Amino acid sequence: MKSESLWYIFINASLINNFVLAYFLGICPFLGVSGKMETATKMGGAVTFVMIISSMCAYGIHSLLIAVNAPFLQLISYIVVIASTVQLVEMFIKKMSPALFRALGIFLPLITTNCAILGLALFQTNKGYGFVESFVYALGAGTGFTFALILMAGLREQLDFAEVPNVVKGTALTLLIAGILSLSFMGFAGLGS
Amino acid sequence: MGNQTKDNKGFLASLKDSPSTDDFIKGLWRENPVFVQVLGMCPTLAVSNTAINAFAMGLATTFVLLMSNMLVSSLRNFIPKQVRIASYILIIASFVTVTDYVIQAISIDLHKSLGAFISLIVVNCVILGRAEAFASKNTVGRSFMDGLGMGLGFTFGLFCLGAVRELLGNGTIFGFPFFPSNFQEWIVMILPAGGFFTLAIWLLVFNALKEKRAKA
Repeated sequence: MKSESLWYIFINASLINNFVLAYFLGICPFLGVSGKMETATKMGGAVTFVMIISSMCAYGIHSLLIAVNAPFLQLISYIVVIASTVQLVEMFIKKMSPALFRALGIFLPLITTNCAILGLALFQTNKGYGFVESFVYALGAGTGFTFALILMAGLREQLDFAEVPNVVKGTALTLLIAGILSLSFMGFAGLGS
Repeated sequence: MGNQTKDNKGFLASLKDSPSTDDFIKGLWRENPVFVQVLGMCPTLAVSNTAINAFAMGLATTFVLLMSNMLVSSLRNFIPKQVRIASYILIIASFVTVTDYVIQAISIDLHKSLGAFISLIVVNCVILGRAEAFASKNTVGRSFMDGLGMGLGFTFGLFCLGAVRELLGNGTIFGFPFFPSNFQEWIVMILPAGGFFTLAIWLLVFNALKEKRAKA
């Protein structure tokens, strides 16, 4: 565990085991907000921010729960922290940029139920990462999520100009593209060893 | 509800029309969470690599959905509107913790192969979605039927994916060999990409059926 360098943790979380394309975490926003490049970029930013904050808090909570010997509270306390962070981000965006607030719409509060964030907190606990490692892991996961979202948005913007049969339109087509993206991300698998 | 039962239709006809039966049926088919609403995609794709995993995950989700639907609907008059989402999530998280420990007690192997995805039931959009859209407005009985229907519909969807992926990717079904031994497995089907492809193809089939029916 200690032998993992910080750089490896970053590459691992962002490319090799990309949260969206290899772990299937955060599929809902991935399918929902990837229609436009601009929204996708900002959504990625917001998710990365929430990830970093909640990952830091999760580290603290985990140490605390170990200290008071109450590991069964882990899940509940993680989700509360994530929900409050999202609330904070939501208020911040509403104040700073009402236009972005409208563009993200329902998907902003839904960051709470983004599996990628809770998944990140659980994985870092399972892997026994320390404070710095957790930070790098969260940063990598956020970058990977944003990267996948942007790639998808780019492809879908091009697809708007293509003529596709009626049957394929909508979610089915998006999923097919996601499958091909996931295949190509498997090419990164050799990077770590 | 139950106002139709006084009518002089037959018992079966009244059963068919009664809202609680409809609550049950709609989750199974018309508003199937996986194929129609496309909700709860993360666990759907991640643990559907074998039929048995998919089935177990479906049942665990059904249990949480059922319990949280019932508790949310029985507390619906006490939860203030402003903090309702947070309360729902807390209720769901408690039931998921229970499920997590129960699965651990029943089968360690299953717990290992499902991994973090049991805990991730908390953030399954289907459950929060039903709590918000249905259980917070309806009686306990109707919420129970709704939860049962949606849960079984979800299990059915997961199973459709898991069976196809295991069959093609591993050549087995429920762990038993299905094809002759010279069958070349499609490894890609058990990899993440296979999950996306399988779901896309199921959606295509459903879309095609819908188009055909619309034309006829």
